[in-house]
Amino acid sequence: MASTYVKDPAPAPAPPKLPDTGAGRSRARRIVDWLTAFSFTLPALVLFGVLVLAPILYAVYVSLFNWGGFGSPSDYVGLDNYSRLLRDPVFLGDLWRGLLLVLFSVCVQLPFALGMAVLLNQKLRGRALYRTLFFAPYVLSEVITGVLFSMIFAPEDGLADHVLGAVGLDGLGGLWFADQDYVLPTLFLVMTWKYFGFHMMLYLAGLQGIPAELHEAARIDGAGPWQRFRHITLPLLGPTIRISVFLSVIGAIQLFDLVWVVTQGGPDHHSETMAVTMFQFGFKRFEIGYASAISIGMFLISLVFALIYQRSVLRRDTEGALTTMRASR
Amino acid sequence: MSASTRAVTSVFGASSSSFSRRRFLGTASAVGLGAAGLSACSDSGSTTDSQGRTVVEWWNIQTTEPSKSVWPERAKAFEAAHPDVRIKLVTMENDAYKSKMTALTSSGKLPDIYHTWGGGVLKQQIDAGLVEDLTSSISSLTGTLVPASVKAYQFDGKTYAVPFDIGAVGFWYNKALFAKAGIQAPPTTWADYLDAVKKLKSAGITPIALAGKEKWPGMYYWAYLAMRIAGIDGMQAAADAKDFTGDDFVKAGEHLKELVALQPFQKGFLGAAYSTPTGEAAAMGNGKAAMELMGQWAPVVQADAGKGIGKDLGFFPFPAVAGGKGAQTDVFGGGGGYAVRKGAPKAAVDFLKFFMSAESDRILVSKSSMMPVVEDATSALTDPNLKLVSDALGKATGFQLYLDQAYPPAVGQEINDSVAALIAGSKSPEQVTRSVTQVAKSQ
Repeated sequence: MASTYVKDPAPAPAPPKLPDTGAGRSRARRIVDWLTAFSFTLPALVLFGVLVLAPILYAVYVSLFNWGGFGSPSDYVGLDNYSRLLRDPVFLGDLWRGLLLVLFSVCVQLPFALGMAVLLNQKLRGRALYRTLFFAPYVLSEVITGVLFSMIFAPEDGLADHVLGAVGLDGLGGLWFADQDYVLPTLFLVMTWKYFGFHMMLYLAGLQGIPAELHEAARIDGAGPWQRFRHITLPLLGPTIRISVFLSVIGAIQLFDLVWVVTQGGPDHHSETMAVTMFQFGFKRFEIGYASAISIGMFLISLVFALIYQRSVLRRDTEGALTTMRASR
Repeated sequence: MSASTRAVTSVFGASSSSFSRRRFLGTASAVGLGAAGLSACSDSGSTTDSQGRTVVEWWNIQTTEPSKSVWPERAKAFEAAHPDVRIKLVTMENDAYKSKMTALTSSGKLPDIYHTWGGGVLKQQIDAGLVEDLTSSISSLTGTLVPASVKAYQFDGKTYAVPFDIGAVGFWYNKALFAKAGIQAPPTTWADYLDAVKKLKSAGITPIALAGKEKWPGMYYWAYLAMRIAGIDGMQAAADAKDFTGDDFVKAGEHLKELVALQPFQKGFLGAAYSTPTGEAAAMGNGKAAMELMGQWAPVVQADAGKGIGKDLGFFPFPAVAGGKGAQTDVFGGGGGYAVRKGAPKAAVDFLKFFMSAESDRILVSKSSMMPVVEDATSALTDPNLKLVSDALGKATGFQLYLDQAYPPAVGQEINDSVAALIAGSKSPEQVTRSVTQVAKSQ
């Protein structure tokens, strides 16, 4: 598969050799180099340690206790919270709903965003207006989006039902967010409305990087629009698509604010996500130990996905960049 | 306006009360909020000011008018009569107060006088030895109070706080819609109640508005049914034994299922919030539903979220259940009170006695729209709807505090959750009692 930039096929250039002035000297030099590097990265390391590592480790620690957040944790229960997690129908449901949202996002939302991007990349009257319009929802805060759509899909007098009624359709009679079967699709609709503009922008940026000459050459060779899309646009958009899938999946795993504002996970847990369950247990029930176990679960799922994705899918894009894997080998 | 803000406070007090009130510290301390809370209490150690007056710190949550001015005015009035005392008001917003108090509680140093909702949180503080037993020092006051108002602050026959506000939950109904459906008088038994629901249904009226999204309004039905069937003592026994699997609680769920089977709620109720323009209160306020089971703040929120139905609004207590151990006069509700820290200056108790004197309570009722707590102050109440609530409280034969305040937060939330599942049809009455018991036992 080709790439938007020309990759360097040769190994990364080796660091310039220091003049060899004796083993002891070079060793001292290396230590000094190491210390210099260390002292420059220290502030970042400290911040990372205090703000990222320490809370994660603390959450792991707390997740081993049955703790109400009162005083310090003392009721050690080992891995009980985790075994409870694996038997909790709500959490297992969260996993299933998370998977559905990820699949929906990747199979519906992203292709839709790509289609819009390709359309808006053409010479079109009012192109800038459309781009702004479609990107606008992404700028709105999630809470505002939530409030807005809970009015649009309101049980009585909701805009959605009025509009559908006006064109002769029945609508859902206000059951959008209020029915166990409709709530997840409706939520996904809102998510798509909110996020497709962002992915569209990513794709647009990617599309701008595809040289027009390639399309022109293909056209001269007799390639039709679909062939050109399939064999030029799609491959050259590869890195962008891979990043956008990554962001979309991580976003779906961590989805919280929108759900909280619109349904609080209801009706009867049918729109609950892992983050909502975690919030319920942590801040409503004050079962901090169990909530920590949920958050560790979320963390592990995100981490495993990120690592696998990074190593297998994003690898070809990151090679040659700062975190080159080939050079380290 | 003042009444509406107070209503909102009450709503939060009743519903999401467990949010951060109790144990926010656990999460807060992780990010260092706890440290801020702990350092803040060091100044409550000093008890005299530069002029040698005894300083009494009074932590309250009256951030909105008119209470915001009435409270300092009460403090000034007390200081005028007691020149050697200075009442220092520390006024905080509801949620900020809850999280700060959690930090203070675990540090072991509370303010001299502080706001409490009673129930489980106060019990925790008492068990930690932080709260002054007021039984004998306010004995002269206790007799003058509406008995139901003190219940939330009494444990093992001892009183630990002075109430200043009290409310109750009951049915708010639309008289015009009831008349239209041919219902002569508000139902007094559960069977009559179900009949009334059927009549409303067949008259094409939505019988009940319910905020299914928020879960706590649905919990009121189960709680009241459990109270009517098991009685207040039965509720207490179940809470003490951490066992809600008894027949009485299963029956409560079955009766609620009978109601749900009639499909009495407004369309899309599972997604409806309480106080939004498309929520439960609005459905009542716009005359689209015939009744709702709600606390004393209901009329204000109805008028705020909807248009309000004015004189058509009526109130009746939750009906009795045939064969149940509870009476129709048993009341479910909650309020606000002031507790005193162990070792606080004597002036703190003196001030509370002054604050809740009949004369002072009359001022709170008329100026601050509090519900009367002192029996003699009841006459100061003019709002006809609040009078009905006040009457129900005055006649109360038993009082049950809001379950999410009476029980640990996890248990309260599990009741909300399970009852919501029962109403949505995914849990049986037995499953509700089992899951509540399971959570109660784990606490």
